[in-house]
Amino acid sequence: MLDWRSTAHLCMALVALLAAGLVLPGWANFLLVIALSKGLAALGLVVLLRSGLLSFGQGLFYCAGGYGAGLLMLWGGISDAALLVGGGGLFALLIGVATGPLVAGYRKIFFATLTLALSMLVHGALTKADFLGGTDGLNLRAPTFFGWRAGSAGENVYALYAFASILAVALAGLCRAHFGSVRGLLSLGVRDNEIRIEYLGTSVRRVVFENFVIAAFLAGIGGAINALALSHIDPELAFWTTSGEFVFVAILAGQASVVAVFAASVLLEVVRSWSSQYFPNAWQLTLGVFMLAVILFLPNGVGALLRRRSRPSVEADAK
Amino acid sequence: MPEARMLLKSAFAALSLFTFASPVLAENQSFKLGIVTFMSGPGAESFGVPAWEAAQMLSAALNEGGQLPAPYDKAGFGGMTIELSVIDENGGTTKQVQELRNGYERDGLDAVIGYISSSNCLAAAPVAEELKKLLILYDCGTPRIFEDGSYRYVFRTTAHATMDNVALARYLAKRKIKFDDIASINPDYAYGRDNWKDFQQSAAALNPNAKSKLELWPKLGAGQYGTEISALLQANPQVIHTSLWGGDLQAFVLQAAPRNLFKNRHVVITAADHVFQPLGNRMPNNVIFGARGSNGLFAETSPTNDWLVAAYEKKHPGGFPAQSYYRMTQSILGLKLAVEKAMALNGGKKPTAEQIADALTGLEWDAPSGRIKMALGNGHQAIQSNAIGVTKWDPASKRMQVVDVERFDAECVNPPANIKAEEWIAQGFPGAKCN
Amino acid sequence: MQLVSTIVLDGLIDASWIFIVAVGLTLIFGVLNVLNIAHGNFYAIGAYVAASAAGWYYAGGDSFPALGLIIMLGSTLVVAVVLGPLLERGLLRFFYERDEVVLVLVTYALFLVLEDATKLIWGVNPYYAYEPYVLFGNVSFFGLSYVGYDLMLIVVAVLVGVLLWLALNRTTSGKLVLAVIHDRDMSSALGINVTRIFVVAFTIGVFLAAAGGAVTAPKISVQPGLAVTVVLLSFAVVVIGGLGSIGGAAVASLIVGIARSLAIHTAPWAELFIVYMVMALMLAIRPQGLFGTEGLRKI
Repeated sequence: MLDWRSTAHLCMALVALLAAGLVLPGWANFLLVIALSKGLAALGLVVLLRSGLLSFGQGLFYCAGGYGAGLLMLWGGISDAALLVGGGGLFALLIGVATGPLVAGYRKIFFATLTLALSMLVHGALTKADFLGGTDGLNLRAPTFFGWRAGSAGENVYALYAFASILAVALAGLCRAHFGSVRGLLSLGVRDNEIRIEYLGTSVRRVVFENFVIAAFLAGIGGAINALALSHIDPELAFWTTSGEFVFVAILAGQASVVAVFAASVLLEVVRSWSSQYFPNAWQLTLGVFMLAVILFLPNGVGALLRRRSRPSVEADAK
Repeated sequence: MPEARMLLKSAFAALSLFTFASPVLAENQSFKLGIVTFMSGPGAESFGVPAWEAAQMLSAALNEGGQLPAPYDKAGFGGMTIELSVIDENGGTTKQVQELRNGYERDGLDAVIGYISSSNCLAAAPVAEELKKLLILYDCGTPRIFEDGSYRYVFRTTAHATMDNVALARYLAKRKIKFDDIASINPDYAYGRDNWKDFQQSAAALNPNAKSKLELWPKLGAGQYGTEISALLQANPQVIHTSLWGGDLQAFVLQAAPRNLFKNRHVVITAADHVFQPLGNRMPNNVIFGARGSNGLFAETSPTNDWLVAAYEKKHPGGFPAQSYYRMTQSILGLKLAVEKAMALNGGKKPTAEQIADALTGLEWDAPSGRIKMALGNGHQAIQSNAIGVTKWDPASKRMQVVDVERFDAECVNPPANIKAEEWIAQGFPGAKCN
Repeated sequence: MQLVSTIVLDGLIDASWIFIVAVGLTLIFGVLNVLNIAHGNFYAIGAYVAASAAGWYYAGGDSFPALGLIIMLGSTLVVAVVLGPLLERGLLRFFYERDEVVLVLVTYALFLVLEDATKLIWGVNPYYAYEPYVLFGNVSFFGLSYVGYDLMLIVVAVLVGVLLWLALNRTTSGKLVLAVIHDRDMSSALGINVTRIFVVAFTIGVFLAAAGGAVTAPKISVQPGLAVTVVLLSFAVVVIGGLGSIGGAAVASLIVGIARSLAIHTAPWAELFIVYMVMALMLAIRPQGLFGTEGLRKI
């Protein structure tokens, strides 16, 4: 578990994030909310990546979280952000539990392809579902925060940002603790040599399944926050381009640090927004070139950059 | 554990990243107008890029001043220079909402005109409302926006898609074309489904014998319609309804014409004018079509329309503007009048978003496509006249002509205020005023 | 009887172009282990280049219209010979040492780049190559009129399949390719020049995608946004047939084509979803696809 020092660091990080949000303009807060929610989905991928697997269908759970939270609001009449996001995360987790056994036996590109196919199925089903708004999706209302409702646009965005920050820091801390735990360390063993792990008496399938479900839950939380921030849900959340972005953030972050995941997510959002502003006619090209450059020149991700300057992190701790 | 410390560091890094771009204070001398439209993807060719071109052409002419006929002869927006910028509508709703917020808060846009896709319209409207900034939807078809919600800062300066299908059905009835057996081929997404539902119900309201023989739902962007064409040929209906558009419609025409689908029956297309120029004489004759308003070939001679057509021809010799050009033009002209009206009330100073919104609410103005009236949704949703006609290729001028035109007043094909379009059709168009 | 034959014929026409594109995707996957998301872009580029070539040829009068079709196909061969080695040697090879999924991401980035690059080269206005579409006239089946060109596509697809099969199973270099598909490391150890096979296989894959675009160009409007639909459809075919299996791609194309035709003729509301349904069914019964291999666990 986390020692008091790590907890103190986490609290400090949270305070810094919350303070930063007060200074930043509304659009930047919004950008950070989206980056944090996408970062959570990518954090899920990092959990999977530690066992050597990369899902190209993480959008499925992002979407499940979004629709879970959205429908809880529209059909269930719930407006509390914490309940909605929790419900969204739980819904994604359940889908993860249901689909996990199907994919847990697959590795490498086959795993990526199967997860991609699953998310495409859900995307197709949603576009056909008229009662869920079909391709147009559904609009949501502004959420409340523990009974408090924001009075202005700025307040609402900041409240969402603060809420997302708390969740991101807490979940990042939990992930960090998990990575250092026995079960978390087993993942690295699975990646290196499955047979050895099996001989040691652990079910590799189970480890993969657990990681898959954790990843689903994290993506679900992220998707739910995204839905609340957007006040809108549509099938795009499960489209393969969404999943592709998560994969990119996970690769860009590398596996060296939990913090890097969120840093990478912010970086992607900033680059996208920047290219869309300055190259409205070629923003996809700019984004693509940026991705290629990052994959080529930062093979170990941003995390490795951070790690070089400070003490070795996750993996080194693990060894 | 170094990560938390790093989190601190990255938080401050992020902070320093954003401070260089603090929100821009709007200058008094200019009006920042953001355009959001498809610059890439399937919507670019037919709608997105022409609309952006129209915005550029019009704002250049307005900024120069005195180019357009009165009451649009004042320079810019009430003397303020129009500063245009564009955002690509491609990339999903999350990106659109983010860019819209960036546009308003970071780039200090005074107003945004945009959105072709209905899902983007639905997602963007609450954002503008929350930020209390002016948003004008100019293209998307769904009637849901002002029927399900009410807004102060959001407007749609073009009619929604209901009138396209009501007009088509009225045309068939008026011209005494038999439409007992109807088949349809519509793209399987919200726009296509709304179109078919509206047409089917309008047809049923006007002709009790009308029944649907076959409903086909190709995927949006499918591009291959061989099997559908076989099914349509086999069903052999009197009328085939379609709301395919852009590249899909072009592909459908290219594949269906050689198989004689357009012979011996009537194909009715909700919006076809935008494919005439690219298809040329490969567009068959005797196709019944609309242009989502009295746009393009249907536009009647008027000072503003003459200006638009002439300006377009100068840019594209031998061409004629299609519906997207008209929608963008009428939106910018409406905004111009609203800004100037609000400015006058504000003592000649740059008006606030509230003042412009109040001025635009319920406004009426003359556009190249005729009179635009903000009559629905508490003065936020426009209605406009519509027209339906039949294609006829003119080999001499190498241009598509429209013949057998029927014009429909705005009040004839649009629902009155306070009734949802769907119910209005189902109840048999109560309160419709047709000449 | 009439309905059945119509369903089969429509299905075959549909399957033919799907097969030409999807078999390229599965070949690239089989040899390079790359799930090429940019495959649809090669289709789009093929369509653009073919339409441009056709526009150039027919602008000079169409004294010999069939030549236009040959020029269109020839131009896509040029595209493949240029783009294939360029992208494989200039881009993909730098990532072979990395995780396979990183390669998927690389092709995703490539998809983004090519999406805008084609737009910057050809603009947004549509290109047509409709002249060859009327080359073979019309044929009537059970009272329904079909375009001869579409029936020719079936022949072309069968030809592509047979040629590919012969090349892989009856030539030495083809057998080397099969060896690489079967076990890359062992082939390398046995002295097979894997690098060369990678370049050749990727180039052939690009050619098949571009050729698929070229033969489709006469019946569509070539404009932005072609890539996404195509890559999703061929992806579904490859998953159903089994990743990397060429026979699987053929059978799966037939299944998808017939299933779509069946849906359109009997339950048109299901058209959008039918391919996904077949894919879901396959994933539930046999996740590795029809001809996919088991033993995917890493040791």
